[in-house]
Amino acid sequence: MAGPILRTTNLCKDFGPVRVLFDMDFELQPGEIHAVIGENGAGKSTLVKILSGYHQPTEGQVLLRDRPVKFQSTKDAEDAGICMIHQEFNLANDLTVEENIFLGKERRRGLFLDKRYMKEHSREVLASLETDVSPNARVKNLSVSQKQMVEIAKAVSRNADVLIMDEPTAVLTRSEINVLFRLIRSLQAKGVSVIYISHKLDEVKELADTVTVLRDGYKVATQPIGELTEDMMATMMVGREMKDMFPDKDLEPKPDTVLDVRGVTSPGYAVDCSFHLKRQEILGFAGLVGSGRTELMEAIVGLRQRSSGQIEVNGQTASIHAYRDAISRNIVYLSEDRKGKGLLVEKTMGFNLTLLALKQYVRRLGMIDETAEAVSLRKAIEEFEIRAPSNTAVINTLSGGNQQKVALGKIMEVDPEILILDEPTRGIDVGTKQQIYFFIHELAKQGKSIIVISSELPELIGVCQRIIVMRSGHIVGDVSGAAINEEEIMRYAMGIKGGNNNEQQSAG
Amino acid sequence: MSSKAPAETQGASRFTLDFRTLGPFVALALLMILGTMINATFISSANLTNVLTRSAFIGIIAVGATFVISAGGIDLSVGSMAAFISGVMIIAMNHFVNTVGVNWTTVMIGMGLSVALGLAAGLANGLVTTKGRIDSFIVTLGTMGIYRSLVTYLADGGTLSLSFQLRGIYRPVYYGSFLGIPIPLWAFFVVAVIGWIVLNKTRFGRYCLAIGSNADVAAYSAINVDRIRTLTYVVQGLCVAVATIIYVPRLGSASASTGVLWELEAIAAVIIGGTALKGGTSRLWGTVAGAIMLSMIGNILNLTDAISQYLNGAVQGVIIIVAVLVQRSGKGR
Repeated sequence: MAGPILRTTNLCKDFGPVRVLFDMDFELQPGEIHAVIGENGAGKSTLVKILSGYHQPTEGQVLLRDRPVKFQSTKDAEDAGICMIHQEFNLANDLTVEENIFLGKERRRGLFLDKRYMKEHSREVLASLETDVSPNARVKNLSVSQKQMVEIAKAVSRNADVLIMDEPTAVLTRSEINVLFRLIRSLQAKGVSVIYISHKLDEVKELADTVTVLRDGYKVATQPIGELTEDMMATMMVGREMKDMFPDKDLEPKPDTVLDVRGVTSPGYAVDCSFHLKRQEILGFAGLVGSGRTELMEAIVGLRQRSSGQIEVNGQTASIHAYRDAISRNIVYLSEDRKGKGLLVEKTMGFNLTLLALKQYVRRLGMIDETAEAVSLRKAIEEFEIRAPSNTAVINTLSGGNQQKVALGKIMEVDPEILILDEPTRGIDVGTKQQIYFFIHELAKQGKSIIVISSELPELIGVCQRIIVMRSGHIVGDVSGAAINEEEIMRYAMGIKGGNNNEQQSAG
Repeated sequence: MSSKAPAETQGASRFTLDFRTLGPFVALALLMILGTMINATFISSANLTNVLTRSAFIGIIAVGATFVISAGGIDLSVGSMAAFISGVMIIAMNHFVNTVGVNWTTVMIGMGLSVALGLAAGLANGLVTTKGRIDSFIVTLGTMGIYRSLVTYLADGGTLSLSFQLRGIYRPVYYGSFLGIPIPLWAFFVVAVIGWIVLNKTRFGRYCLAIGSNADVAAYSAINVDRIRTLTYVVQGLCVAVATIIYVPRLGSASASTGVLWELEAIAAVIIGGTALKGGTSRLWGTVAGAIMLSMIGNILNLTDAISQYLNGAVQGVIIIVAVLVQRSGKGR
């Protein structure tokens, strides 16, 4: 085929009175891996949602093999050979893996379902993804990364000509990512074209043939990957030089310990974990997905059951049995699951912002002071530079980065002294990431103490003064100063260093 | 950077919000016009007062149901609960006639007992749901059967009747009026106003909506989810108690058939009013409009020969389904 398989001309999209996509000319060549990058709110998701039939364009055209098409639904797009893998999972939790893979495309033999064929085919697709997920497993019992693999298997099994992937690797481990990339390349070899949205520029560099950069709803450039470096891509996305991603490391922890955790065990997740946090310290928690970092923190703040262990706050024993006990001691926890546990996505920014600190807004006769709430919202919008269509915007309508800013504003409402931030930059754009790093640094400067959990090592290394490493529920390493580097941390995380099981090592 | 908010956006969102909120009232107005066209007596103040007074029981119960439903629960036991409380009230008051006498004190004891029973029954529903980690549908399906059979047992399969001497004293609570407006209507109005304030202006109300919207997020916002959920059932119990206090003097009796299907009418009023069954939203004045509409439909059918009044339930059913369809299409844009 000579021309592009999929093309858009002058594509525009309005949501209400707000235009989010401007005159987009996009071309996808047959058999290419085309990365689309840009900050949150740049229009990436809107573009691919139009291509896959979720949204209809306000102006402009989509052309498939040079013929104009109008997809009224995702089914139209799928029938035309365009299939999308979602950022948010689109799986039926109570069905099995196999039933999900064939959902809406069930194979029949006579009146009945051809179970044998579907099971066999599911097994093949899953095998090509080198995942150990069984076709008979219920989706609700799978881990997040397994669900992502099922989502990918579902799309692959539909034999699409164009496969659209919206941040497929956000929740995958490195080895799973490698498998996925191999699969994408083998699909490419079969002539499938792939549109790949990602925030991870190193992945884009590794995988893509062509890169299109979007910013504020406009296309900035489309270039072959060979002409670009990661720095150049980042600069184009942000529209300014990205020189200092991380703040200076000019802060030293104060000598006094604000949080002392001793022997905390949360059945099934964290075993006999002990560590301490000093005033003005930024302490990182590294480890593979599933190493128990989130569960340990949830156990500490009372969101998860604790079978043993002691917690001291500012030198005094603190009995924390529910999250509100932690809040009353000025300890807050930012969940990694922003949409599932962090924010009410169907409610407004204001409703979410004050939810944790609502007590402070109660006045005479138990009435909530709505004026004070509005003042706080305006302040938060200004302080965190939240970009929203209006002050009454619902969380769902905001980009990931702006949602995260609301989530940060929400925990800051209680004026915390100790902040536990779980994956604070997951799924958000480079510019917002940088803002969050500087925000964390600023908090420490004000004398607050911060724990950061992250699966992105460069970020932990860039921000933290000390990093604790966890592996299968145990604290196995504690590195600081010059010892902080990726190789050292990975050695602990993978179990090459730091003993096999129970004993906890506390290096300087 | 942050001032990217064009004025039109706010206007647009306010408009859709208005549509959602106003829908039930528009429907109520249309129903009233229809009623007047069918039979002019409909719009007479005597008839309208009658309709509104009859809507008070379901309306007061539906105010409580708005709390339960907005927090993501459901209470099917309210009709049986009302029957059970009526029965116990009547037995107790008949008993105290002999010791305390035929006076207001005896009636007040009955009313106090009603409130205590309502709170206790609501608390039981709430605690079993939250502590037992059982779906509220199942729990209240169970207590619905329990309360219903208790009143049947207390009445020994027949009817419990309030002593005739007491009826004279208690009568004005249903049949009396204040400033020309019947007492039940005052009660309905006061309960609705208090309900609206609690739901929209207090921490408890805000927490109900948060829990109904996403209970996980609520827990991660340091909200005591179990306690708030339990309290919604207590509020529901209290509303049932108030409704029962007004209901008992109307007929002066209670039997196994008292309050049958009230739970469904209350839930229907809430849904017609624009509160989502899955929780997370509340439209208290919509609930009020919904309760009035349900009672109005029966009244209009009584005033016309075109449709048999035995089809009352069918018309109500159609209205419920249409209301939800209209709300959904309004929400889409």
